[in-house]
Order: sequence, then C-alpha cells, then structure tokens
Amino acid sequence: MTGRKASDAGATGIPGWILVVAALGALFVLLPIVAMVTRVNWAQFGALITSQESVDALLLSLRTSLTATLACLVLGIPMAVVLARVPFRGRGLVRAIVLLPLVLPPVVGGLALLALYGRRGLLEGAIPIAFSTPAVIIAQTFVALPFLVLSLEGALRTTGERYEAVAATLGAGPSSVLFRVTLPLVAPAIVSGAILSFARALGEFGATLTFAGSLQGTTRTLPLEIYLQRETDPDAAVALSLVLIAVAIAVVAVAHGAGEPLRRRTT
Amino acid sequence: MKGIRMKARSRLAIAGAALAAVLLAATGCSADASAPAASPTPTKHAITGTITVFAAASLTKTFTELGREFEKTNPGSTVTFSFAGSSDLVTQLSGGAPADVFASADEKNMKKAVDAGVTSGDPVDFATNVLAIAVPPGNPAHITAWADLAKPGVKTVVCAPQVPCGAATATVETNTGVKLSPVSQESSVTDVLGKVSSGEADAGVVYVTDVKGAGKSVDSVPFPEAKDVVNTYPIVAIKQGQNATGAAAFIAYVTGPEGKKVLEAAGFGTP
Repeated sequence: MTGRKASDAGATGIPGWILVVAALGALFVLLPIVAMVTRVNWAQFGALITSQESVDALLLSLRTSLTATLACLVLGIPMAVVLARVPFRGRGLVRAIVLLPLVLPPVVGGLALLALYGRRGLLEGAIPIAFSTPAVIIAQTFVALPFLVLSLEGALRTTGERYEAVAATLGAGPSSVLFRVTLPLVAPAIVSGAILSFARALGEFGATLTFAGSLQGTTRTLPLEIYLQRETDPDAAVALSLVLIAVAIAVVAVAHGAGEPLRRRTT
Repeated sequence: MKGIRMKARSRLAIAGAALAAVLLAATGCSADASAPAASPTPTKHAITGTITVFAAASLTKTFTELGREFEKTNPGSTVTFSFAGSSDLVTQLSGGAPADVFASADEKNMKKAVDAGVTSGDPVDFATNVLAIAVPPGNPAHITAWADLAKPGVKTVVCAPQVPCGAATATVETNTGVKLSPVSQESSVTDVLGKVSSGEADAGVVYVTDVKGAGKSVDSVPFPEAKDVVNTYPIVAIKQGQNATGAAAFIAYVTGPEGKKVLEAAGFGTP
C-alpha cells in the first residue's frame, strides 16, 4: 500500500542526476557478466555443460538449494514472527546473532559448522554428516537463513498489527490469526525472502568447501565444480558459470512471477 | 650478425642465428642477460631494483625465506612475490601480468607458460616433491601403508585429478593397483590438509612438504610407492620482465647452494 504511494510520488520528483548514477550502477553489475559471456566457447558449449560432471553438479545444486530454501522457510518464518511481534529483553542481541552468517566470511561459517557437527566437534560426530549431501544443505541453510528472516521481519513490522488485532477481537485464535491474516499479508515478502535464500544457497561455496568436501554427485555443487574446472579447463568453467547465471535468473523470474498476483492483491 | 650468418648457407648456422635472434628479442637485446638461466653466479653487476617473482603456492615458505636472504646478499634489491596456484599464475602471465620470474609447481603448467610465449630462455628444474599420507595426530585409523587407504570405513580425502597432487595420486593408484574410494576430491592441497587436521578425514594424500609445513597439526605416513611419482618444479625468466639481470641472479640463487639448502630443509628433493 505504502509502496504504491511512494513510487507515484517518485516518478514525478526524481532528480535527473540520480538516473545517471543508477545507470552507472547497473553497468557496474552488468559489464563483468557481459564480458564473461564474450569468453564463452559457443562451439563447445553444449558438450561442456552436458558432461556427466556438469550435469551431476547442476542437479545436486538444484536439489540442495531447494531443500535449503524449504528449511529456511520452516525455521525462518517463526524466527521472523518472534523477532517482529514478541517484545523481549535482548531482542536486539538475538537479531544480531541471527544475522551473523550474513557478515561472516563463508569459510568461517564452515569452520563453525565443523566445530559443532564435526567428528571432533561439540557433538562429537553424533550426527554423522561429514562428506555427505546433508552437510551441503546444512551449510547452505546456515548462510541463507538470515536473508529470509531479515526481509520477512521488515515486512511484518511495516504491515503493523491492526488486522491481527481486529481478527483477534472477532474471536480468531492465535494460530488462526497467524495463518489467515499475518502470513497472507506478508506473502510477497515470504516469496522474495525465499528467492534471496535460494540464490544465496545456490551460490554457496566457502562453507560447503570447508564443511562438506567435494565429491562428484554427493557434495560437489555447481560453484565447486566451476572452481575445480577452472584449474584445467577455463572454457568449461565459463560455460558452467553461464549455466549458474541462467538458473539464478530463471528462478528469480519464475518466483517473481508467482509472487506478483500476491503483491497486487495486497496492494 | 644475423645477416652475416645467413650468408653462410649452413643449416647449423641458420639454426644458431634463429636461436640468437630469439634470445636477443627475448631479453630486449641486453647482452649480459642473454642467457639468464645459465649464468651460474650473480654477475659482477650490482643487482638492484625490484624483482617480481610469481611462484606456486607450495613455495610460499621457502621462497619468502630465500627472498629475504637474497635481499641481504644484494643490498639495493627488493624481491616481491605473488603466490598462487600455478595454473592461476600462468593465466595471469598470459594476460600480461608484470613479473620477472616464474616458478611452477609442475612441468605441465611450465609448458603452458612456454607455449604461451611469455618465458625467456629455458626453464631450469630446481626442486622435486613426492606424495605422503597425512593423518590426524595419533593416527586414529591406524594407517601404515598405501593399501590401508582403500580399506572399507577409512575416510580418505585426495586432490581432484584435475590438480597436480590429484594427478600424482591417480598415478600411484595405477602403479599400485590399489584404487581408492575417497570421500572427497578437493581442489587444493590445503583443503585436503584442512580435512585431515580437523579430524574429519582419517587420511589425506598430499605432498611431503605440505605435511612438513603443517607442523604438529598432522602426522605423516611415508609410503615407498611415492618415490616412483616425482613432481618436478621448474623456474624460468619472464620475457616482459623489467629486471632481466635481477631475474637471472634470483634464478641462480634458487638453483644454487643457498636455494638447495632452504628447499631441502622444507622437505623438497633435488632434481
């Protein structure tokens, strides 16, 4: 609702120079990608991306990133609701801790996961996940979770509690309010938060490398495959990078399209 | 000189002239630097200025030490290093990165550099390295031989065959007939070491020098089959370098007695 008003006002009142800076910003992001596309060996492209290694890596990446996104939704939605709606002492501190994976270098995240889940970690290997696909998913969830919590908590605060209060006075129980009022109101934020989490999980590299290892079909996701191919076959690395970009764009576009009706309804 | 020799229609002479021309072009016509790799001692000229050395990551410790010693012996000179994977360095050199010397961790990447036309003179082998088994301190899985790595339940981590240490590992597998089923094939030796020192893996296949450099965080299990798979480190001057005299002197230093001493202390062998 507020979004529509702001953009209407903006369209008439934007200073010209801001367009120039915005265009520069867009080029800053776009030009390196364009430069990479010019390096693609198109004659070999099909063969490079359909090799068994590449296909395994792509499928593993999709599988793990989707699972990690689901885990982010299951864990992250309650976290965001608590942070946005439940006032408690030390909330600022808890929020800072939740967002920690956002600022940690991924390798540090991987080391932290090892310190807990590793054979010599706190759990003394009680959950034997070393060098397995679940380790990849844990690493991806760890780094992607803050994106969902952050965007959803912001949306919950912006929406306010008026409708929830009304629903409660009309006799709806807390769970009913949550599922029929609160979450539908922030559905677009859930979608965009999930997209961000998926994108982060798809690009995850450092924590996976440190924590899960690198074995074809089990733990070697697309970013790890690209990193390895670069050693011997830069053409394959570039081709796979392009696949990664294409997947990311496709997912964002599809999810954005799915989120659009929700957005219109709530506006 | 070139013209005169051309008139004498001897094939040998033409070949010699071609070689001379290449050398002259390669060293920017500087007479006393025309054979950088061959000059046995630092020349009478004072070695000054900055010498930029691109060296394989596995040489970080030894070359840093050698650089410091070299600067002490040649006051007025500064040796700066760029350490990275050999294949990264070749990519950078082919892209015109400013360097005077290139030291590769294997012959394959050196050949790539030579083929790319960035080198000057012939590469000289200066060190060798062999594989070793790294195990967590205390050797919890009781690894004593190469064949132990293939035992069921033993978590072995190796380098991927695409990188030099992985290629060497694959050769040992072929030689011994003992195929490994690693739980992970890492992109670099450091990642293999990390999995071993953290105790996640029971064993990792790395180079002798890596185990030595890792200190107390891992134990080493040498195995006799390693000696059949020797990895050789070549060094060469770079054509577009700014300091040909310095490059020649540094290469002579690394291949000379001082270099040998430092490299041997780190576990490297002599080619």
